[in-house]
Amino acid sequence: MTAERGATVVIVGGGVTGLSAGWWLARAGVDVLVLDKGIVGWEASGRNGGGATHVYSPFGLEEQRLWPQLDELLGYPTEYQPYRIGVALTGAQLALARRWAEIGGVRGFRWEALDRRQLKELVPIVGDEAIGGTYLHFGGHANPQRTVQAYAWALQDHGGRILQHTTVTGLVTRGGRVTAVETTRGTIGADAVIVAAGPQTGLFADMLGVALPLAPARVEMIATEPIPLMGVGGVAGNGLYGRQTLRGNLVYGGGPHEWINVPDMATPEHANTPLVRNLARRLAELFPGAAHVRVIRAWSGLVENTPDGLPVVERLAHPDNVVIATMSSVGFGLSPASGRAISELVQHGRCMFADLGALALSRFAGTPRDWRERAGWVATGPEVATAAGGDG
Amino acid sequence: MIDRRSIAGKAPRPDRHVPLVVVGAGAAGVAAAIEAARAGVEVLLVDEHPIDNDMMAMDVPLCFGQRMDATVRNRAAMLERVVETNPALASVHDAGVDVQLGTCVWGAFVSGPTVQELPTPMLGLADDRRSWLVGYDRLIVAAGARDVLLGFAGWERAGTLGANGAAALLARYRALAAKRLVVIGSGPLGLHTAALALAQGVDVAGVVEIAPGVRGDAAAAKALAGRGVPFFTGHTIRAARGRTGEIESLVLVAVDADGRPRAGAEREIACDAVCLALGLAPSVELLHLVGARLSFVGALGGWVPEVDAWMRTSVPTVFAAGDCAGFHDGMLAAPGVAREQGRVAGLGAAVSLGALEPREAQTRRGVHVSAPSASAEAHGHWQAWLRSLIEAGGWEVNVCQCEEVTRRELVETKPPRYLKWDSPQMSARDLATLLRDGPVNQDQIKRLTRAGMGPCQSRRCREQVGLLLAQAAGTTLDRIPLPTFRPPVRPLPLNVLWPTDEPAAMREDWVSWFGIPTQFSPHWTAGMAIDEPTAHTRLILSDE
Repeated sequence: MTAERGATVVIVGGGVTGLSAGWWLARAGVDVLVLDKGIVGWEASGRNGGGATHVYSPFGLEEQRLWPQLDELLGYPTEYQPYRIGVALTGAQLALARRWAEIGGVRGFRWEALDRRQLKELVPIVGDEAIGGTYLHFGGHANPQRTVQAYAWALQDHGGRILQHTTVTGLVTRGGRVTAVETTRGTIGADAVIVAAGPQTGLFADMLGVALPLAPARVEMIATEPIPLMGVGGVAGNGLYGRQTLRGNLVYGGGPHEWINVPDMATPEHANTPLVRNLARRLAELFPGAAHVRVIRAWSGLVENTPDGLPVVERLAHPDNVVIATMSSVGFGLSPASGRAISELVQHGRCMFADLGALALSRFAGTPRDWRERAGWVATGPEVATAAGGDG
Repeated sequence: MIDRRSIAGKAPRPDRHVPLVVVGAGAAGVAAAIEAARAGVEVLLVDEHPIDNDMMAMDVPLCFGQRMDATVRNRAAMLERVVETNPALASVHDAGVDVQLGTCVWGAFVSGPTVQELPTPMLGLADDRRSWLVGYDRLIVAAGARDVLLGFAGWERAGTLGANGAAALLARYRALAAKRLVVIGSGPLGLHTAALALAQGVDVAGVVEIAPGVRGDAAAAKALAGRGVPFFTGHTIRAARGRTGEIESLVLVAVDADGRPRAGAEREIACDAVCLALGLAPSVELLHLVGARLSFVGALGGWVPEVDAWMRTSVPTVFAAGDCAGFHDGMLAAPGVAREQGRVAGLGAAVSLGALEPREAQTRRGVHVSAPSASAEAHGHWQAWLRSLIEAGGWEVNVCQCEEVTRRELVETKPPRYLKWDSPQMSARDLATLLRDGPVNQDQIKRLTRAGMGPCQSRRCREQVGLLLAQAAGTTLDRIPLPTFRPPVRPLPLNVLWPTDEPAAMREDWVSWFGIPTQFSPHWTAGMAIDEPTAHTRLILSDE
């Protein structure tokens, strides 16, 4: 088998973060090659809630600046829609929604509080249970799968290459640098490497002797049949994240995750559990006016978290031609900015538009090896079957 | 320490646990349930008929083409008819089997690499009002076969049925709201459907076939012709016509040996329903969800479970029997095959549960009845039909009704029209450019074009999307990976899925995302941490 020609920058992982980084690099004229074990964006990157409202993050302002122009920049539709509405059914939910809004306020974005009447005018399917909400004149949401495909295509339009169905199995180090990646299609040379491999990112860090504490978990979402479009599709609350798509489907997730182990590069099925019923209930509580609407599919995705839930985006000291990136389960919305930051780390050694100090790997220098057990972030295994009926 | 925001301690608990659940009360399911019950196994047999009227209107699970009469709204009456027209149900009941009618199975949940929480494998069940969970030790799937539709101009109009949908309305519900039916396909399934319609007092305005001659049994065709049924061999469909939303006639056009329309050779037949009877696809949704290994067998209708001599799938707790284990036209002449497979699966399940000695099972099994072999694989024939329908109807016909995606939009992998997106970059992309990056994948193209993403859960377009993609990509359907089935495999309302038995911890500890206190905290100040109301996780950042 003929190995693929090497590249200036090889990116391990064709998820939203790696693709965005690759697109920024290709735009800048860098010879870039993205490797993915399956199809681009096929894991969590293409099957998440699509939210693009993360103004608390070091990438937040750049996220907000880039999304409204992303379709034009890429040349393909991401289905981006601006603004968010938060719906609260309880006082605690209202406090949380306001907290999100206030963080935006601190960063200079406009928002307003909504009373029940205003809420029902904007979101006709909320019920009398809603006590109030927030209208964020910032943030938004997009179609995850369409967006990852757009990054991938735009990257190719700028001369970048993508090799799907190619699993990276090792990193070749020589003279303190990674010089090539070993793959199921042979060894591919690289001047620099970006590892953005989602739950598997830690396995690659291990290969370089770098400890990157990550805990993978499974999360689930449901989608309904389409209903008439609301003025603002980015409506969420009652412990759910999600959106109304431009087609009209209600697509929501939330609730308990299951900590799991990802022992290797395998791609497991995107299995669901009966949690889809609990999700359906919360969605019907959030939107009583849509309680009769049918759920037409559900899916799950695997995401990884660091111990503090914050990203690690860092150009390593040793080997110094490697950038490690995990967005700690919140990567989609931030991707226009995180990819740009990564491309700058590769090209200039630092991010030019934001201080990434909070995301440094060094914060985990003292993290014990058994941190997952200590935090309870471990697979607990099956529970013993008990008698019928709920206890609640 | 456990993470209270995780599923730990909140795993779903089934309403009840049954040693053996049989899904589907057709010939196979009934036989399976009786054999297992005779061996002393406690059996639950569920069947979704009578199907809720709203679901029927969505062409779920069969293609009813909006041709149900008003009686289907009366569930009590429909329940009576279902019992009346399936006399075997009485014998299952007598065998001590718990039979639940009007109950669909919408999900199957099992442990796997990413799911370890489940105390037992379980099924999601629902009737028209509520849903619940049932745990099982063994599962026999006898879910039958789905209708396979191929679109033509005007097929969105009320009156386009599938063979199994038509059979259900004719024989099971006696509720077909159509008087003149045109049957598409002259194979055994087409002839069977035409005979069934005549027997139920419905006119058959024609049997249409692209091949130059009738494909099914000559004697059966002659009998139909003798009762005045016209045969239009060497014909394909140009379009269905009628006032808004209704089929009132079907325009046929004669074709040459290559399936191409001959100029001027059109004829219009008055009818109020068109039944596509070109074949059926095994209903493998639940088998896919439990992780049973499926392989593509053209002679058996497509993706079928790999089974051993006892109809056991690659998942040791799951068996498959009847049409869902593989269907071809020839089986219509041998209804004993499904029953036999059901018996074998019932015996196999009983043995695996320890209720029956293997030797005794062998004795009860008796002489093996082998299925008649298929005369041909189905997909080449479907592909030939599809080519003729494209020749006669063009590329602007919807392949996916729910999402209104045309054949052209599918093979050009265009984004949906409602995005109103156009760019030079997008125009330069199509299926051919996509194929440069990897083999054709129906799930990927589904997400790009939305073909198959609608409320019918791709029942009306799954096969024709696959066939069109195979044709456009210069490959065959067996080379395209199985498009996945997602739960719920029946489209169910939010308030039906709604669990009434949530553990208190599910509500108390519910957060939208992981509930890590620092995850959404502003990076520039420590004072504004977002703390979801039920935060309990202690951060382990250092070895204190």
